[in-house]
Amino acid sequence: MAEGVGLWLYAVTGEPAPQRPDGLRGVAGAAVHTVEAGGLSAVLSPVSLAEFGADALRRNLEDLDWLAATARAHDAVIGAVSTATTAIPLRLASVYLDEDGVTAFLVEHAARLRELLGLLAGRTEWGVKAYADLGPPTERAVPADQPPARRDPGAGTAYLLRRKEEVSERERAQQRVSERTEQLHAELARLAVAACRHRPQDRKLSGQPGWMVLNGAYLVDDARAEEFAAAVDTLRARTPRIRLELTGPWPPYSFAGPA
Amino acid sequence: MTTDVTTEPHRRLALVDLLDRVLAGGVVISGEVTLAVADIDLIQVSLRALITSVDALHRAEDGR
Repeated sequence: MAEGVGLWLYAVTGEPAPQRPDGLRGVAGAAVHTVEAGGLSAVLSPVSLAEFGADALRRNLEDLDWLAATARAHDAVIGAVSTATTAIPLRLASVYLDEDGVTAFLVEHAARLRELLGLLAGRTEWGVKAYADLGPPTERAVPADQPPARRDPGAGTAYLLRRKEEVSERERAQQRVSERTEQLHAELARLAVAACRHRPQDRKLSGQPGWMVLNGAYLVDDARAEEFAAAVDTLRARTPRIRLELTGPWPPYSFAGPA
Repeated sequence: MTTDVTTEPHRRLALVDLLDRVLAGGVVISGEVTLAVADIDLIQVSLRALITSVDALHRAEDGR
């Protein structure tokens, strides 16, 4: 392997790869190829360590344009491989120094990778995000009216009582949304073979009205994909105060646990 | 920094969904890998990048 060149991993599939990734281009536009060992194939492409080595990566991950382009390139290769066969996605920025390292990884983790291929075969990840139009207690507990005049103790007490009621009403409403969210997730999880929740996204990033209360991921049998989408529609109609958004199909990122 | 990613809400949203997955999901490998990515909280790194750029965008809009 040439000096200063590493191998960026996208996915692991069974061997032989049923469809060679000919013509597929990965991060930084490099041609994608495979390394096979232990009855498994790793899908990868060469990358310059000047850009993708440890120190450079640390820097580049802070550059949004770089991060966006790299994440999309990573996802595009995994997406293309996933349409042809069952693929286990690798986390972004998995870079090996040489093919021996890749081979050792495949051999060492063969049992676990095989188990994962079995779990993921014939299944697809779907995302469901839920938004509720409720502020957090700290933000919404601020009273709209003015604080009472200092010389009137009766008004002060009334103000405090009123404020306490407002706060507790807000808390009760949030409690209801929270319970409903748990139910939504449980109902969706029942249609999936596996389910998990990502951290709710920052409101600044989503740019959506309301607060994200659920950022769920569901691994669904392909035969039940339509049923799952229909269930989201049903739940949406049943919970007008919580806005649901279905995303996907995704490669099974959320269900490829540590090897 | 203003990019198509930050200026177009729909594209930004799709990117955030993608980052949730490629940074938190996927098989994590260790050992012979060039970098100790496991040492970095990738989510924090990327969110910091996104929030910084979105804040910069909002400041630019407010300043108009």
